[in-house]
Amino acid sequence: MSTIINNPLLGIVISLITFEVGCFFSKKTRFVLFNPLLISISLIILFLKSFNISLEAYNNGGQFISFFLGPATVILAVPLYKKIDLLKANIFPILTGIITGSSIGMISIIFLCKLFDLDKVLTSSLVPKSITAPIGIEISKQLNGIPALTVAAIIITGILGSIIAPIICKIFKINNKIAFGIAIGTASHAVGTSKALEIGETEGAMSGLAIGVAGLVTVILAPILFGLFF
Amino acid sequence: MKYLRQICIILAICLMGEIINLSFNLPIPGNVIGMITLLFCLYTGIIKIEMIEETADFLLKHLAFFFIPAGVGFISCFGIIKNIWVSFIAIIFISTIIVTIATGLITQLLIRRANK
Repeated sequence: MSTIINNPLLGIVISLITFEVGCFFSKKTRFVLFNPLLISISLIILFLKSFNISLEAYNNGGQFISFFLGPATVILAVPLYKKIDLLKANIFPILTGIITGSSIGMISIIFLCKLFDLDKVLTSSLVPKSITAPIGIEISKQLNGIPALTVAAIIITGILGSIIAPIICKIFKINNKIAFGIAIGTASHAVGTSKALEIGETEGAMSGLAIGVAGLVTVILAPILFGLFF
Repeated sequence: MKYLRQICIILAICLMGEIINLSFNLPIPGNVIGMITLLFCLYTGIIKIEMIEETADFLLKHLAFFFIPAGVGFISCFGIIKNIWVSFIAIIFISTIIVTIATGLITQLLIRRANK
C-alpha cells in the first residue's frame, strides 16, 4: 500500500480529480465561494488527513504540478504583449496605481498586525502576501519570517482576491477594464490573474503585468517600510 | 512536433530567466525575469506569437490548477496558526480589500483624468 501512497501518480490524479470536481460545482452553482482552487485544496487536505497520508507523499506528485508555475508565470508576457499599446498609452496611471496600491497594502498589514497583536515574525511573514510566491518567499526570508506561512498567506490572498475583487469593484464602481485588471493583479497575483483572464483579455493582460510590477515594488519597499515600523 | 517546439521555446526562456537571476544575483525570481525576457522577444519579433500560442493558451487557461500543491502545503502551517487563525484570516481579508480598492480607484481616476 505504501508504494501506492508514495507513487507520484496519486498526488497528480487526486489533484486533477478534485480540481475537476471544483470546476463542476463552480459552474453548476455559480456560487462565489465555490472557487475551484479552494474546493480542490480543501478536498485534498481532507483526503490526506482522513487516510493519514503525509504531505511529503502527496508532494511526490504535487511537485510535478508546481513545476508548471514557472512557465505559467513566464507566459503571462503573451496577453501583455497582445495589449502592449494599451499599456503604453496608460503607463503613468498603471504604474502609479500599482506602486501606491502595493505600498498601502504593506502598511495596512503592518498596522493590522499591531492591531491584532501579532508578533514580528508573523508580521514579516504576512507583509509579502499580495505578490507572487517566488518573490514572497525571498522577502519573507529576508525579514526573518516563516516562508511556509508566507506561501499559505499568498494562496489564501489569491483565492480571497479572486472571489471578492469582482464584488468590490462593482460596489466601488471600478468598471474601467485596465483599472480592474491592475487592482486584482496587485492585490492577488497569479491566482487573481486566472480570474481576470476569465473575465476578459484586457483585464487578464493588465493583471499579469501587475504581478511583475507589484513584485518589484514590494522587493524594494518591504524592507524599508518594515524597518520604519519595527 | 509543433507542441514540443513550443514547450522547448517556453522552457528555454524559463531557463534563461534562472540563469540571469543566478549570474547577477538579482532579488527578482527567474520566472519574472523570464516574463520580461519573453515580452522583449515578442516585442522585437525574435519570437513570433504563433510560435508559442497553443501552449501559452493551455498554460494560461489552467493557471489556477498549478497552485494546488502550494495550497495543500498549508497543512504544514496548521500548528503555527492554530491559536491565531481568526486574526490571520481577518488581516488577509481586510488588507486584500484595501489593496483592491486603493489600486483600482487610483488607476481609474488617473486614466479618466488623462483621457479628459
